[in-house]
Amino acid sequence: MRIPLSWLREFAQVPAGATAEDVMAELVKVGFEEEAVHRPTDALSGPIVVGQVLSLVKEPQTNGKTINWCQVRVVPEGQEQTLTGKGIDPSGVQGIICGAHNFVEGDKVVVTLPGAVLPGDFHISARKTYGHLSAGMIASVRELGIGEDHDGILVLSRIGLDPEIGTDAMELLGLYDQAAEINVTPDRGYAFSIRGVAREYAHATGTSFTDPAAKVQAPAELAGGYGVKLNDDAPIYGKPGCDRFVARTVRGVDATKPTPLWMVSRLRLAGIRSISLPVDISNYVMLELGQPTHCYDLDKLSGDIVVRRAVAGEKITTLDDKERKLDVEDLLITDSSGAIGIAGVMGGAATEVSDSTTNVLVEAAHFDEVSIARSRRRHKLPSEASKRFERGVDWQVAGIAAQRVVDLLVELAGGTADDAGTDVGTAPDAVTIELPAAFAAARIGIDFTDEQIVTSLEDLGAAVVKNDAGWTVTAPSWRNDLETKEDLSEEIARLVGYDNIPATLPVAPPGRGLTRVQQQRRRLVQALADAGLTEVLAYPFVSKAANDTFGVAGQGSARKAVKLANPISEEQGYLRTSILPGLIEVAKRNHSRGFRDLAVFEAGLVFLPGETVGTPSIPPLGVKPSDEVLDALYDGVPDQPLHIAAVLTGHDSPAAAAHTPRAWDWADAVDIARLAGDVLGVEIVVSQGHHQAYHPGRAAQLALRSGEVVGYAGELHPKLLAAHDMPARSVALEFNADALFEAAADVIVAKHISGFPVATQDVALVVPQEIPADDVLAALREGAGELLEDVALFDVYSGKGIEDGKKSLAFGLRFRAADRTLTADEASAARESAVAVAAERFGAVQR
Amino acid sequence: MTETLPGAAIPNPLDEAAITAAVDHAVAAIAAASSLDELKAVRLAHTGEKSPLSLANREIGGLAKDQKAAAGKLMGASRGRVNKALADRTAELEAENDARILVEETVDVTAAPRRRRAGARHPLSTLQDRVADIFVGMGWEIAEGPEVESEWFNFDALNFKPDHPAREMQDTFFVEPPEAHLLMRTHTSPVQVRSMLEREVPIYVLCPGKVFRTDELDATHTPVFHQFEGLAIDKKLSMADLRGTLEHFARQMFGDEAQIRLRPNYFPFTEPSAELDIWHPGAKGGPRWIEWGGCGMVNPNVLRAAGIDPDIYSGFAFGMGIERTLMFRNEVGDMRDMIEGDVRFSEHFGMEI
Repeated sequence: MRIPLSWLREFAQVPAGATAEDVMAELVKVGFEEEAVHRPTDALSGPIVVGQVLSLVKEPQTNGKTINWCQVRVVPEGQEQTLTGKGIDPSGVQGIICGAHNFVEGDKVVVTLPGAVLPGDFHISARKTYGHLSAGMIASVRELGIGEDHDGILVLSRIGLDPEIGTDAMELLGLYDQAAEINVTPDRGYAFSIRGVAREYAHATGTSFTDPAAKVQAPAELAGGYGVKLNDDAPIYGKPGCDRFVARTVRGVDATKPTPLWMVSRLRLAGIRSISLPVDISNYVMLELGQPTHCYDLDKLSGDIVVRRAVAGEKITTLDDKERKLDVEDLLITDSSGAIGIAGVMGGAATEVSDSTTNVLVEAAHFDEVSIARSRRRHKLPSEASKRFERGVDWQVAGIAAQRVVDLLVELAGGTADDAGTDVGTAPDAVTIELPAAFAAARIGIDFTDEQIVTSLEDLGAAVVKNDAGWTVTAPSWRNDLETKEDLSEEIARLVGYDNIPATLPVAPPGRGLTRVQQQRRRLVQALADAGLTEVLAYPFVSKAANDTFGVAGQGSARKAVKLANPISEEQGYLRTSILPGLIEVAKRNHSRGFRDLAVFEAGLVFLPGETVGTPSIPPLGVKPSDEVLDALYDGVPDQPLHIAAVLTGHDSPAAAAHTPRAWDWADAVDIARLAGDVLGVEIVVSQGHHQAYHPGRAAQLALRSGEVVGYAGELHPKLLAAHDMPARSVALEFNADALFEAAADVIVAKHISGFPVATQDVALVVPQEIPADDVLAALREGAGELLEDVALFDVYSGKGIEDGKKSLAFGLRFRAADRTLTADEASAARESAVAVAAERFGAVQR
Repeated sequence: MTETLPGAAIPNPLDEAAITAAVDHAVAAIAAASSLDELKAVRLAHTGEKSPLSLANREIGGLAKDQKAAAGKLMGASRGRVNKALADRTAELEAENDARILVEETVDVTAAPRRRRAGARHPLSTLQDRVADIFVGMGWEIAEGPEVESEWFNFDALNFKPDHPAREMQDTFFVEPPEAHLLMRTHTSPVQVRSMLEREVPIYVLCPGKVFRTDELDATHTPVFHQFEGLAIDKKLSMADLRGTLEHFARQMFGDEAQIRLRPNYFPFTEPSAELDIWHPGAKGGPRWIEWGGCGMVNPNVLRAAGIDPDIYSGFAFGMGIERTLMFRNEVGDMRDMIEGDVRFSEHFGMEI
């Protein structure tokens, strides 16, 4: 909401020298955040004066244009030019070249003299052009920054003005005024008006307030006016769509009369363009009182006005000349011809006022917030009117606003008001709230005096009556946000000042610290960073193709993903089922910035919808749903496990003197996955894996001891890398961290440490190429029995001396007994039984 | 080099002067040896089988019985002196040698290569941990919840009326199909509702996490950002308790000089509601108040939605943006730096903030 200061001053005690910033500094104390300052003089400065065109000589140019060489008087005849400076003619007459042709000799115009600055940092100076010295400019409204019209210069007589030559045009045009723009929270509809903000300014400064509504003399009762019926047969939540409709008639207006400059100026500062006098008046009253009104061309109306819901298939062409299909829930203003307006949102084109309008019907109505909000949303028609109606307008002010419009039409458009008028509807019950005596103090933590409480509430406009338990408070008609004792507490605290709230520190009961999973997650993320990986955070929005590539292995088109109804970009319209697409983008971005040796990781949620997606309905607010309803809500939320993924490209470290970096390879990916397992004390079982994103021969499936597959690691598929312009041999891994957390042991049982000597034995086994080393190792471990302390693969060989299609795997076995020194024979026997299992299972032969 | 000894005459083992001369000669030669190799030659010349002292010693066998003792004593002492001199000099030379090798092994330590890649945490993640630690230190617990959420938890349970403008102002990402009433949470407040449903009062929880709004990415907006929200439900909590908690937190986060300010505001889930500002003495362009987040006393409708009796319990809640905190605390000028994943951004912070 923009507040022109000159307007605010009419109703509040704003100090003479106060700036928009000063006003905002006061309003922020009562809860209105500062947004912006609108001050024409920030972009424009004089001398800008009223001038009269003495002579105008048309001079055709070789380029086909005709320019006007004008002599313009800027000082009244017989007076001296008091301005000095380069280009200011002491005679008081300036020679000016002008390209516009919408004026004639004798017209009074706005002259920007040399030294003036116009919006856009446009400095005016005397300059030679078209063979003359042009000392200034005759300005258009656009050049002055006060309108869009650039068809010609501003001729003052056409806006009804005949000021004296030499008058300060900035004063005349209201350019010394300024506006404070504040943010109005959605609960405070009343503050979308000068009336509301002036009252708040008075609260903030402790000064007096004059209610603009009180200055309007509206008749107590109206009768005999235009026929209006309120026929809402489908109220929303039981509230009638329209509960008051005031209609007034003004006849004999001249709709073509120019809007007075003071009104144009205030509207402009408030952010509203001047359109025509009747429309400007309607907008002006809306800004002043907060009540949207609408002017109909009375002669275009036929029959009674009926406010009703739309019927199926009904249409309307709105003021913006668009035909709109109406919904049966839309509340309409209709006459015998059909819809003439979507109530509270936008009027119809057929009955709008035009230049030829002479008789005007003024509507000031009160509509239901929800009904207007839905229509506005349905038709995507945010308007100044709907903004106010959906936040709530004062029921009481409708008649006053209508009267104000009537008064202005009479005063400015030359009309005559009918004595008869229409005012139908029923006032809603006033809201009364019981405020227990100690409640506000307990809620806020300030020991309010009774006087503070009563004065604050009365200042708001509430009626306060003392009772045994505290007070009965009747909320003012414009405060639809006041419903509960909590609301009143806020108002009291707000007016007394939040700065007066003391600080006390409540003590929480003894806590349990971070949960085990929270600790595991921290440790894991930290361990990956400690291991040399860089944590990044990518967006979860991905394409369908990305989910198909990186999502659950092998599901093909059956793969499910969460689709957004309103994504930022349609290409990235899904939520990720894998962390990798985002990491690949991150890797590419780093590559493009010259960083090719990368190891990046992210820990984040992925979204895996199950069979049930959401719930067909949701329970109401303010009531705890039943357990069944809650369970349904919980079950409808997709599974969202924490995944951790990494992408590694290039080398493991920067090249340096005395150091040769190593290229990351598939084994690094597997190693990092195993490291993650080590950190959590969870064994990661690695086996040959098959996942569409990975190299078919260089992917490891990561599983838990239980067999549950938790992820993949290895080299990314060469085609995928090429398609993404990623370096060849880039590797990646991803695993479900939640599954690892869950698999971690709660208690780790200590292992006996034997002090007896170790006996080591090596064995080389020849097995078919396709047998995984890890399987052979597992066979050895199984066969070796309890004496085996450790077994490790230390060499893989194929080639000379080994039959084609076979390979030699060399293992080191470490034996140790808990209670004695092993003899060489015991160790050898254990080795032989280990080899026997490998031989039996894989046909392994000792070399 | 073998030292040539003067005269081939074998000294008499009873001739103390001659023996002493031979010893002195040997000791002088030992002292003169400048390397272990030279010392070896000296040792052979003066203690080897052909050395005067060895030869003299051998003469003892041919002496008369009554002379043997005296000669033996003289020779033993003499050879002892030589051996001691040898041992001392050997130790000296070995020490010199060791020291020289160490000097020779000198490297240019400034040319040490970085063999290990330095990893890094994302500062938003580090900051989130730090915030959590402050509250855990106060006895609060950390609560978490899903990012795709039921509309009820995100709005209705938090007293957002179905047609109220406040609901639309949240710029929500909705999930297909809209009839399923799922969305991406617009704040971490649904975790507060879940906490109230799952826990027993009193409740003191902090809910950090990712949230989503349909904003285009620019220097100050991002559709994905992080928040932390606190919720306390207990008997007799007031706005003074809220202020005290926020003040304590601000001082833990920014130092003992930190100041906060509350301004009236509106949120559907709190009443009264306030905007929280923090005084930033080091702000670019001079000290000023900076908007940090929102807070207030939990709206009774929110308590009712979670089955908590608002006539017995009251509560407060607050929420701040982690990006915003990082921006003014660590002078991050552009939101895009936090989400683009340029490794320089995270690596600059390392493991710290």
